This record gives sequence, structure tokens and C-alpha cells, in this order.
Amino acid sequence: MDPSSLLQYLITGLTLGSTYGLTALGFTIIFNTTGVINFAQGEFVMLGGMMSVYFTRVLGLGEPVAVVLAVVGATVAGALVERLAIRPVRDCPTINLIIITIGVSILIRGLAMLAWGKDTHVLEPFSGDRPIMVLGAAVMPQALWVLAVSLLLLAGLKAFFSGTIHGKAMLACSHDPKAASLVGIGVQRMVLLSFMISALVGAVGGVILTPITMTSYDVGIMLGLKGFAACILGGLGNPFGAAAGGVILGVLESLGAGFVSSAYKDALAFVILLALLFVKPSGLFGLKDTKRV
Amino acid sequence: MKTLLSLKNVDVFYGRIHAVRRATLHVRQGEIVALIGGNGAGKTTMLCTISGLNRPGQGSILFGEEELTRRSPEQIVRAGISHVPEGRLVFSPLSVEDNLRLGAYTRPRFRDRAAIAEDLETMYAMFPVLRERRAQAAGTLSGGEQQMLAIGRALMARPRMLLLDEPGMGLAPLVVRDIFRHIVELRDRLGLTVLLVEQNAKSALKIADRGYVLENGRVILQGSAAELLANRDVQRAYLGREQD
Ligand SMILES: Nc1ncnc2c1ncn2[C@@H]1O[C@H](COP(=O)(O)OP(=O)(O)O)[C@@H](O)[C@H]1O
Ligand SMILES: [Mg+2]
Repeated sequence: MDPSSLLQYLITGLTLGSTYGLTALGFTIIFNTTGVINFAQGEFVMLGGMMSVYFTRVLGLGEPVAVVLAVVGATVAGALVERLAIRPVRDCPTINLIIITIGVSILIRGLAMLAWGKDTHVLEPFSGDRPIMVLGAAVMPQALWVLAVSLLLLAGLKAFFSGTIHGKAMLACSHDPKAASLVGIGVQRMVLLSFMISALVGAVGGVILTPITMTSYDVGIMLGLKGFAACILGGLGNPFGAAAGGVILGVLESLGAGFVSSAYKDALAFVILLALLFVKPSGLFGLKDTKRV
Repeated sequence: MKTLLSLKNVDVFYGRIHAVRRATLHVRQGEIVALIGGNGAGKTTMLCTISGLNRPGQGSILFGEEELTRRSPEQIVRAGISHVPEGRLVFSPLSVEDNLRLGAYTRPRFRDRAAIAEDLETMYAMFPVLRERRAQAAGTLSGGEQQMLAIGRALMARPRMLLLDEPGMGLAPLVVRDIFRHIVELRDRLGLTVLLVEQNAKSALKIADRGYVLENGRVILQGSAAELLANRDVQRAYLGREQD
């Protein structure tokens, strides 16, 4: 193989992987505060992309405004999911809540289809589509956007969780909700916040990816599954494992598609995941102790 | 002295288990009151009901003039009651200092900035070992240190009243003595009111002004600490196996 096509696949993989990583982070944030795997996470990603398309196409807004509105919109959707679907049944066993999130994902997908149809849509790349040549590989400017925004978001989340009292309060809640209530942290408010942050992170991923992969009402299914796989790959509950899991998954997928066959691209992710789980059930960066109380 | 906390005919249920039955008790301003009783008597349930983690089925809880009966834990912390839970429950992945700062979560962060920093210093002065370990994850501390951290975290809310659930549990006698000394000091220096649950009934009654004995969720006996220490039934049931 020649080095420039290897580089090409790597860059494609990193780009895709970043958005998987963002989706995986979304899963992790909600899992850590509630113990729930939110299967509507992929729908937040879809909402980011589809709302951007809607705001530019139908409302004729400029892309920067549309993109920001789409992220805000998806964040509100995250808040609504918590308020309407999770909070009323918060005392139910976790497994019930997980099943509810599956229902929510189907509902959101259905509503998106009714509102925006079944067509596939594109979004203009943020800074044109003239590729930049790097060591013989063509890098689309949008790929740089994806990488830069993902890194920025990761840094932002890190700053929030380890640098602000509210971030630490969220960690405290995920570690011990009872002790967190006893210092006066409103646990339910933290759960709401975790849904909003997850939706925001997912939607940003959806928005920056859409100019590259296009979007439709049902992209959330595959993206959600990939994000979930990334999460498990990195070790459920570990935010940086999730981000790394996403990147690893994206790169392997892209190399697989390039050197083996792109027909098996989607299956590859799950084959890798299964193989890993046989060897190391707690994931690459998982803690040995995965007990949750 | 005037009554600070009073419970009237409080009932608490877990499903069909009646864990606290028509319990009535009060704690006066500046008192240390011991709540003693065997395993499963309902002591923890009682404290959790005061701090809002459990909802009473019936009865009323009054703190000063305030009705606390169906308030949330957050509102109760704001009202001035801090609960140091059974098993300490420090936030183990977070640093010692973060644990203490989270104790001040309900206080206005900007207006109280200087006061919070000052209180942090007070905690470190009271428990020097916490200062040494301020950057360490709380989970790496010894049991005694975690207990001090849990008490420090509760104090960071600047409570008027402290609920302590078995602070001596699983600790060496010397460490327990140290912690009890701190409890007395908190009352004497800060005028804190204390409701203390303890397995080790003798050491609890030694520092307490008054006590209540709980059995099967009922208050079966109450009196001054000296009376309870001298009481035959109490001696037989709760003080006899002190040297275990
Ligand atoms: N979460 C719970 N669910 C059901 N029953 C409980 C729960 N917590 C305590 N109990 C029951 O309530 C009673 C009182 O328990 P507890 O308050 O923990 O007693 P103590 O602190 O005096 O040992 C016991 O019979 C216990 O089994
Ligand atoms: Mg107990």
C-alpha cells in the first residue's frame, strides 16, 4: 500500500471517529449520572444535522445561525426527554428507563420523518470544499472543522467536570446520589443537566458531520449504535475511554473499508467490539470494578 | 434552652415495613442528644427522615419555627441541618478539597467566597490530616480520615444542627475517642446542636446530655445521659458488650 492512501484513510477515520467519540461521550454523561443507557442518543445527533438543514433550507437562515440554533434546539429536546419521559418514572428500575429511551428514540425518529420527510439532505461545508493537500492526501476543510470542534468540545467538557463546582456536583451525583442530596445537590436537576449536555454534545457531532456524510431522519440508528460500540470499547463510564473508543473505531472502520471492502464497513465495528469483549469485558480503558450502587 | 428540633408522632414505612413508629423526640439548642438502639431499630431511618431522604408517612418535624416534614434534602440543608451519613459516603473519586467545597454547595458561591475559603481553613485547622491530603482522592483516606472528611463536608454548609450516624463505626478505639472529642468541641466552640446515633452506646452517652432508646422503631426510653447510663435495662441491652 502506498503511504499517502494510508494517510488518507487515517484522516477519514479520525474524522468519523471524532463524531463517534462525541456520541459515545453523550452516552457516558447520562450513564454516569443515572446508570441509564440512553438509546435516544443517536437521535440527538440526527436532530443536530436535520435541524441545521431545516433552518438553512426552509427558513433560509445563514449557516452559522442555523447551526447554533440546531444545537440549541437539540439541547431543548434533551431537556424535554428528561422532563417528559424520564422524570415521571424516575423511581422505576434502570432497565425500564432504558426501554423507555428506546421508545423515545422511535418517537423522535417518527416525528422527524413526519416533519421533514424521508429524503437525504446535505449541508454546505463550513469553509468550502476545496481539499487541502497534505503529504499527498486530500484533506477536506470540513474534516478540520470536525477535528477542531471535537477537541474543543472535549476540552470544554474536561474544564466543566474538573474545574467548576457544578461539574464536580455532577460527578458527585454519579458517584453517590444519596451523599450528593445530603450536601444539597438537587439530584434531579443534575439528571436534567446531563440530558441537556449529552444532547448538546451529540448535536454538535451531528452538525459537523452532516456536510461530510449527509443526513436523513434515520441516521441516528447507525450513529447511535456506533457511539454505543465506542463507549463499550473504551470502557463504559469512562469519558476519555469513550472519546478514544470512538476514534479507534472510526480509524479501524476506515482502514477496513479502504483495504478490505467498504461493504463490510458497518459490520466491522461490531466484529471488533465483540472480539474485544471476549478478551477484555470491561473495555480498553474500563475500570476493573464496574459495580454500580 | 429552647427546642431546636422536634419530631411528633413520626411514622416511616419502607413498603410494608414499619421502620419508625410514632416516634416523638426533641433536641434543644446546644444539646448533644444520643439515639441508641440495636441493629435495625430504626436509628438510620430516623436520621434520614429528618434530613429528607425518607418521607414520613405521618407526623411532623419542626426545626425552630420551620416545618420540615415534606421538604427536600436540599431545602433541609439550606434550613441548617447537615447529616453525616452512616458509612460516611465521601465522594471517593474526588479530592479531599473538592469534597469539602461540595459541602458548601448550597451557599452563594460569589457572595460567600471569602467566608467559604475561611471555613475551609477552619476545617484544615481542626483536621490537619485533611490539609496534608487535600489533593488526594477521598477514597484513598483511612476510615478515620474519611469520617473527619465527612464531618468537615457537613460543616462546610455552616449548619446549626449536625446529625451523625455511627461516626465510630469500624474505627479503632483511639480514633473513635478523637472523633468524639471533636464532636464535643464543635458544640462547645460553635454552639452546634448534635443528634448522635451510635452503636457504642456507652461512649455516646458519655458525651451526650440526654438520650433516647429506640427498639423496633419505637422510643422505649428517654432521659438524661446519666440516667440512661445507670439504667439496668439499658446496661443489660446496650452497655453490656462494650468490650467487643
Ligand atoms: N431501604 C430499605 N428498604 C427496606 N427496608 C429497610 C430499608 N432500610 C432499612 N430498612 C429496614 O428498616 C428497619 C430499620 O432500619 P435502620 O433504620 O437501618 O436501623 P438502624 O440504623 O437502627 O440499624 C430495619 O428493619 C431494616 O431492615
Ligand atoms: Mg443504622
